[in-house]
Amino acid sequence: MKQLVILGAGTSGTMMANHLNSKLSKNEWEITIIDQFKTHYYQPGFLFLPFDIYTTKQVKKNGKKFIPKRVQYIQEKIELISPEENTITLEKGDVLDYDILIVATGTKTAPDEIEGMNGPEWYKNIFDFYTYEGAKALRDKFREWEGGKLVVHITEMPIKCPVAPLEFAFLADSYFKHKNMRDKVDLTFVTPLDGAFTKPRATETLGYLLDEKNIKVVTDFNIERVDYENNKIIDYADTEVDYDLLVTVPPNLGDELMERSGLGDDMNYIPTNKATLQSIAHKNIFAIGDATNLPASKAGSVAHFEAEILTDNILRYIQGEELKEEFDGHANCFVETGNGKALLIDFNYTQEPVEGTFPFPGVGPLRLLKESRANHMGKMAFRWIYWNMLLKGIHIPFVSATMSEKGKKLEKVN
Amino acid sequence: MLKKQIGNKQIDVNEEGYLIEFKQWDREVSECIAGECNIVMTERHWEVIEYIQDKHHKEEPLSIRGIKKSGVINIKEFYALFPGGPLKKATMIAGIPKPKSCI
Repeated sequence: MKQLVILGAGTSGTMMANHLNSKLSKNEWEITIIDQFKTHYYQPGFLFLPFDIYTTKQVKKNGKKFIPKRVQYIQEKIELISPEENTITLEKGDVLDYDILIVATGTKTAPDEIEGMNGPEWYKNIFDFYTYEGAKALRDKFREWEGGKLVVHITEMPIKCPVAPLEFAFLADSYFKHKNMRDKVDLTFVTPLDGAFTKPRATETLGYLLDEKNIKVVTDFNIERVDYENNKIIDYADTEVDYDLLVTVPPNLGDELMERSGLGDDMNYIPTNKATLQSIAHKNIFAIGDATNLPASKAGSVAHFEAEILTDNILRYIQGEELKEEFDGHANCFVETGNGKALLIDFNYTQEPVEGTFPFPGVGPLRLLKESRANHMGKMAFRWIYWNMLLKGIHIPFVSATMSEKGKKLEKVN
Repeated sequence: MLKKQIGNKQIDVNEEGYLIEFKQWDREVSECIAGECNIVMTERHWEVIEYIQDKHHKEEPLSIRGIKKSGVINIKEFYALFPGGPLKKATMIAGIPKPKSCI
């Protein structure tokens, strides 16, 4: 029997297990998936948890439930990948052989990378919302918070779901309005980039949102340290921003397993062919989702589109055929703007998000780069789609893995 | 798309002054853009420019902390060489796009 091993049972790994379960012959291939954790989180839900929009139960389930019975699920930490020997070593010392390896180990927050961030005030008045623990702790804090300076901060790019911090700021505005205490909250968005929006079309069409919601923006802020004793973040140019409550997105790094195994770049992401999803260094190692160094967004929708293309390429690899250079960086994301509305954006490596209709050209029903209640309903419906279709590898009707150019006012990225 | 006259060449830039085609870049283009930012290029500037161009061509993300880790330059010096938003100025001078988010 040949061995296909998937590292990581998050969004990407689970989707690949389901896709390959139906494509690989049971007589020829054994499929194994390895993940140290038992719980599968609906990560987009972490945005809603702090605002009591979702409950904890809505964002987590037992991961094994989504893995096909035929796939062996090993719940253990992975110690090492040895690409020359084609083996995986587990924490307790067991060694597994592989013929094909899929790396889907994702990205994680690294608050220790910034002086003073993960210190005595962590989860007291400094929070992240990119982890279940952080989002839940922040929910509890918000329930009792009486107002003050709320700073929403991005440490550096790239991060998972790059628009989530902005969505967080919009939802915070909405949340405190509903609690009749918006006048007690001074809301500031701090970014290392040169604007809250960084692309011309988005800046032009969406810039009004910041004024409308009275969100101050501090740009070009590259944090050096958190002065937790005086409640300030300080950047390399000695600019200071005061906070009473800091909601930060710490640096995002790939899994340390890549560093231990000599497979990662300087952020522990695995160098990957951006069109085929084969790793650059080893032909029988493929990578998917947040674990790659692809210049695409780190987002579930990207992983979803990659999974369809990677499945085809693994079948081609097995047949000895040339891989198809098909992945175009396609991402499709709902962006919450608060007050029951959302935007939808659709883009890839070369096309920036533009206005138009989705998924049917000229019809919609969803409008791109424009606020609407229908888009918000779409985002809310997506949780069901995630648990019931996306993870199980069921194709979402009318949404193609590569980006459709129809019905869009296109502009090339430059 | 806008045209920018540099010496006897015309180069294509976007609304913010970033080059559209890297192949139109040369040191004279860098010096001209740097001049508009009140920066006089030195050997140290060129070392940084070459490093970030290399990162860009490998499609690796640029960040201040990434530059710190690279050992090419320390951050205080980077700010001193390209005052007021070193990454957005250094990328413009290097003829590559500024660091962006997805919208």
